[in-house]
Amino acid sequence: MKVKPKIGVVSCSGECCSLGTVSRVATRMVLEDLAFGETVTICLPLFLAGDSGERMFAEKFPTVAVDGCHKLCAKKAIEKYSGETAASVDVEKLLDSWGEKPPASRRELNINDQAQSYRVAREIAREIEAVKEALNG
Amino acid sequence: MPENPILIIPCSGIGKPFGTISRDATFRVVDELRKGRADTNCLSLLVMGDEEATRQIRESTCIAVDGCPLACARKNIEIAGGEIAAYFRVMDLLRENRSLRPRQVTFLDEDGLKLAEMLADKIASKVDELGGGQP
Repeated sequence: MKVKPKIGVVSCSGECCSLGTVSRVATRMVLEDLAFGETVTICLPLFLAGDSGERMFAEKFPTVAVDGCHKLCAKKAIEKYSGETAASVDVEKLLDSWGEKPPASRRELNINDQAQSYRVAREIAREIEAVKEALNG
Repeated sequence: MPENPILIIPCSGIGKPFGTISRDATFRVVDELRKGRADTNCLSLLVMGDEEATRQIRESTCIAVDGCPLACARKNIEIAGGEIAAYFRVMDLLRENRSLRPRQVTFLDEDGLKLAEMLADKIASKVDELGGGQP
C-alpha cells in the first residue's frame, strides 16, 4: 500500500495585527476541516527554539507557508531554517485583491471575519491540491 | 520604572489550546486591560531575526507567555538578547485549575476563555508591578 505524504501548513504567529489572526484561524480550518487528515503543522517559533528535528519539517513534508502580512515571516523562516516552501499564501495580498478589510479585532473574529477566514482557508486548500498534484506527477 | 510599554510576547502555539490561551490573554492585556501601558509584537519577526523587532526586545521590559513546556516565547526572547522580567506558563495555570479542560484550538471554548481571562488578570497585575508605561 502506498502511503500518501502529508502536506505541512505553517502559519505566521502574527500577533501585531488581525491579519495574523486570520492567517492562524484559516490554517486551523484547513487542518480541522478542509484538508483534515492530509495536513500537519508546526509552531513557527519552534524552528528557532526547537532542535534539529523541528528543522527537518519542510524536508519531511512539502510545506505551504501562510503569512498574515507582506513581511512573509512564515515563508522566510521556513526557508531560512528548514527548506524550500512548496507554496505560499499572503493573506494581506488576498484581502486586497478581494477588496476586503482585515477584521477590526485581533482577538475576536465576528461572523463576517470568520467567513473571511474560511475564504482564505479555501485558498490554502487550493494550494494544497496543487502541491498534491505536483507530487503525484 | 520603564517609560516604554511592557512588551508581552506570547508563544501563539497552534497545535493545542494552550497557545491560543497565551495569545488571547496577551491581547486582553494590550488591547483592553492595560492599553497603552503594554504592547506586543510578532514572535515570528524574532524568529526571522528582524532588526527592528530585535532592537525593541532589547530595549523593553519583557514578559514571556508560553503555552507548553517547549517555551518558545521565552527561548526566542533570550536568543534575541532580551531580558525577561516575568514569565507565565499556561500549563501552570492549568495545574492550579484542574477542573478546567480547554479543548478547542481555533476558537476557545468556555474553559479556554476562563483560563485566558485568569491569565490576563495575572499578566495585567504584573504590568502594574513592573510600572509599564509610567513616566
